[in-house]
Amino acid sequence: MHPARKQRLILVSLVVVLSSTAIGLAAYALRDNINLFYPPAEVVAGKAPIDRTIRLGGMVVEGSIERSSDELDTTFRVTDYKASVAIRYSGILPDLFAEGEGIVAEGRLDENGVLIATQVLAKHDENYMPPEVAAALEGNTPPSAAPYQP
Amino acid sequence: MQRMWTFIHKLGSPPWFFAFSGTLVRWLLPVTVLLLALGACWGLLVAPPDFRQGNSYRIIYIHVPAAVVALAGYYVMAIAGAISLIWRIKMADVAMRAAAPVGAVLTGIALVTGAIWGKPTWGAWWVWDARITSMLILFFLYLGVVALFEAYENKAAAAKACAVLTLVGTVNIPIIYKSVDWWYSLHQPASLKFTGESAIDASMLYPLLVMIAAFYLLFAVSVLLYMRAELVWQHRNASWLRQRLGTS
Repeated sequence: MHPARKQRLILVSLVVVLSSTAIGLAAYALRDNINLFYPPAEVVAGKAPIDRTIRLGGMVVEGSIERSSDELDTTFRVTDYKASVAIRYSGILPDLFAEGEGIVAEGRLDENGVLIATQVLAKHDENYMPPEVAAALEGNTPPSAAPYQP
Repeated sequence: MQRMWTFIHKLGSPPWFFAFSGTLVRWLLPVTVLLLALGACWGLLVAPPDFRQGNSYRIIYIHVPAAVVALAGYYVMAIAGAISLIWRIKMADVAMRAAAPVGAVLTGIALVTGAIWGKPTWGAWWVWDARITSMLILFFLYLGVVALFEAYENKAAAAKACAVLTLVGTVNIPIIYKSVDWWYSLHQPASLKFTGESAIDASMLYPLLVMIAAFYLLFAVSVLLYMRAELVWQHRNASWLRQRLGTS
């Protein structure tokens, strides 16, 4: 290879490697801030701030959903299978919200460690299958409260 | 080996590339249209509904191919940029400039279809999630290359500046790809896996693979057509072009 081209090749490689390292280090330093939500175990351990808006993500605990009979208030617990946190929310929940499914809730923790949510988002998983296959797998996968019916 | 190098050298010659790309497009375009029609009909009409989402999941037949090719297209642009910087081949500048708008459109499609799917599924149009935010940065990188290239009067200087921007931006691609595994995000992890079994049923997977192939071809055809248009403009006074187009 021509020496001038070789020199430019080395320069180009250096630009890519050095900029990747710089951005990689920045992302590593900010790693806690890039996470969209806190898992329940970190909230219980006191790693989440108390008087600021935070997001909490996890699985809705089976049998923990309690709906108010005359208002839109709902209380439920979310877990990461290490710890669980109670959430209170007043509003319409997304279609995919169900026991055993993933959610992300945004809100503030009160003094009792209950998250007063202002928004609840459903977290979809990476599994896609037809309803018949899901029915055949019943028992292996967590049953969903609202299966799709054509 | 010698023949491969001769072929690569010929790609740098505008008259030869113009003739070669013309033949290539004539073959690739019908295949692209056929695969797009096949994948769309299979995915939208034949594939079964999802057990949780019903029919709304079908947007993956546009969303996933657009996102996959938007990421792969960035590497095409970055490699063209590196060749342009090291070997100073003008054809590489043209390829880099051509890949940018096509990639921007694909990234835009992925962002818009993702928002449309996110509203019924998650309950929000937009979330500042690691995957979605890094994809938005990709969109701005593509647009940045277009804007930077057009900002220069001297096109050799423009190509140099764009190539550096493109190469620095490559760091974003692995971040987008791994964001759902590295951080807690609302976006689900990949359903398609290179190794091991995919988390998507075969009856839904095959039309998706057809659509991904179709989008790769669509990217190739779009970039080639853009490059041909650019060559016509750059060599509008050259005799070889006038002969080829049959104008004197």
